[in-house]
Amino acid sequence: MEAFGLLLHGFAVLLTWKTLVLMMVGLVLGIFVGVLPGLGGPNGVAILLPLTFTMDPTSAIVMLSCIYWGALFGGAITSILFNIPGEAWSVATTFDGYPMAQQGRAAEALTAAFTSSFIGSLVAVLLITFLAPMISSFALKFGPPEFFAVYLLTFCSFVGLGREAKHKTIISMSLGLLLAGIGMDTVSGNLRMTFGSSELLRGINFLVAVIGLFGISEILLTMEERLALRGHAASISLRVVLSVWKDLPRYWVTLLRSSFIGCWLGITPGGAIAASFMGYNLAKRFAKDPESFGKGRIEGVFAPETAAHASGTAALLPMLALGIPGSGTAAILLGGLMVWGLNPGPLLFIEHKDFVWGLIASMYLGNVVGLVLVLTTVPIFASILRVPFAAVAPMIVVSCAIGAYAIQNAMFDIWLMLGFGVVGYVFKKIGIPLAPFTLALVLGNRAEDAFRLSMIGAGGDLKVFWSNGLVGSITTLAIVLLFWPVIDGLLARVGLTQGSRPTPR
Amino acid sequence: MSQTDLEIVVDDPTAPEDDSPSLVSSGTIEIFVCLLLLALAATLGYDNWRTGASWDSTGPEPGYFPFYLSVILGGGSLYGLIAALVAHRAAPETFVTRAQARRVMAVFVPTLLFCLATQYLGLYVASFLLIAAFMRLVGRIALWKSLLTAVVFTAIMFVTFDIAFDVIMPKGPLEAAFGY
Repeated sequence: MEAFGLLLHGFAVLLTWKTLVLMMVGLVLGIFVGVLPGLGGPNGVAILLPLTFTMDPTSAIVMLSCIYWGALFGGAITSILFNIPGEAWSVATTFDGYPMAQQGRAAEALTAAFTSSFIGSLVAVLLITFLAPMISSFALKFGPPEFFAVYLLTFCSFVGLGREAKHKTIISMSLGLLLAGIGMDTVSGNLRMTFGSSELLRGINFLVAVIGLFGISEILLTMEERLALRGHAASISLRVVLSVWKDLPRYWVTLLRSSFIGCWLGITPGGAIAASFMGYNLAKRFAKDPESFGKGRIEGVFAPETAAHASGTAALLPMLALGIPGSGTAAILLGGLMVWGLNPGPLLFIEHKDFVWGLIASMYLGNVVGLVLVLTTVPIFASILRVPFAAVAPMIVVSCAIGAYAIQNAMFDIWLMLGFGVVGYVFKKIGIPLAPFTLALVLGNRAEDAFRLSMIGAGGDLKVFWSNGLVGSITTLAIVLLFWPVIDGLLARVGLTQGSRPTPR
Repeated sequence: MSQTDLEIVVDDPTAPEDDSPSLVSSGTIEIFVCLLLLALAATLGYDNWRTGASWDSTGPEPGYFPFYLSVILGGGSLYGLIAALVAHRAAPETFVTRAQARRVMAVFVPTLLFCLATQYLGLYVASFLLIAAFMRLVGRIALWKSLLTAVVFTAIMFVTFDIAFDVIMPKGPLEAAFGY
């Protein structure tokens, strides 16, 4: 059990007063961000990233990941008490959570939500603890062709399996890849697409784009809506918590099923949103009395919350082991890694043991501390919503600007952020997905480098991507996934599968 | 039960009316965006073709990837353009209503002015101005509350970033007068 020993080492790294304080600060900020309308996991992490620039990488990642856990917890509070999903992945939680609050069972629903979030993350963290070191040590044998094949697989699965219109995913991804290419070409040293501008020499920083795309655009979108709200206030007593926990074993099938769905969709680019709906729908389908769902059934809270958290956590597995983020937030954490001077990828497990195991240990500890924190402080956080948005909005704008400027100390980046804010607003409204763009921007250069290094190694022969069983099967799988809608359609026509059914969003 | 019946109620006096007329349809914006992307693809494509987009003995030249990506982007936006033009004839979907646009502008314009102010006055002065003015003028919050919030928030940011974490922000004449 080598992983176990390393994990203990991680806890040892973590258990200093400084890290514990940072963890609490991160969790509180995260819950705050999750509760506020117009801010979510990725935005919160992106905006608060500059706080960590001068920290050592371990403290920085502990704080950032705690912001992320906090945001995941926070989303449930507004869904249940106000029927407003703070996050897209909490939409399914409102189906049964809000009716429960209306029946005066808000405390029960909140306890159920937080507990199941905790269980979901725990399963995913266990998976990371044992699987991530194995995958990364396997990936150490990878050369440039294998890495390119894995990147290709990531891109192709987004296009082939994404729910948005294909051409919009392709537009989003190719735009991201193009913008990633701006500036100095790392292989030849040539300048590309700079048009003589010295500001563009540095290239377009990923984090600046993210802050604009998610932070600024989200404020514009939030302002469009009516911000009036009306909800229940609740505090949780120990008795309610214990009575919910006593019933927990009865729902083990639901919890386990949702955890598995979450882990699977977290590792593949399905994401937490899809996971929460799938968890909910499957719980409903397998229930003896499906019609009681939507009327305040506790399982309707357990199922989506477990799946969403498992997925949000599992998305960190490919990021840690391979340097490929499984979600938008994971992509931002990856961007953070580069800012702190770490090189994401399988070598991380060897060169930065303290960092990796500190992070994994913080997932355990952060979730335990987070659970206690949310259970005890719900009334305070629910009342955050009393703060008028007119006060919150300009503060978020200022935080975004600080974040964008701090990355490279460039005024140009503040303007770039504003530009990306407008782009994000328009793209979201006409249905061009932002996740492929984000992924392409963060992975673009690495994918191109991997491709060109493999070409230099192979003397320009494309057959290198089929030169051994491993790289060949990954490349082939990537191409199959890219054309999956076409293949699925053909299979359906000959009657082998049912074809893709539209899934509820 | 610890459940209290106390409710949290927050009103939004300046909320956009639901029956506000549509300002522009989604289809029009889609067409516009696709045209812009097409132009971008052409510009970047041309630049990369100049850099060198062919395949030499060691593999692709620097412009190879971005050139073909421009082609893909161009293709995608051309498809999007045609799709939007075809769909445009059907029932138009609202991109933004007039009341919504007014509210979005109420955030966007101050943000734009804030960026401009940051360039000349430094981030902290700009931040104070943005928060105070936005709360007072857009949120119609009492003047003293607006000023107090702006001062406190800006001061916290200054202490956190410039002093505690050594993350240096752009400064203007005011900070210079105090010797920062």
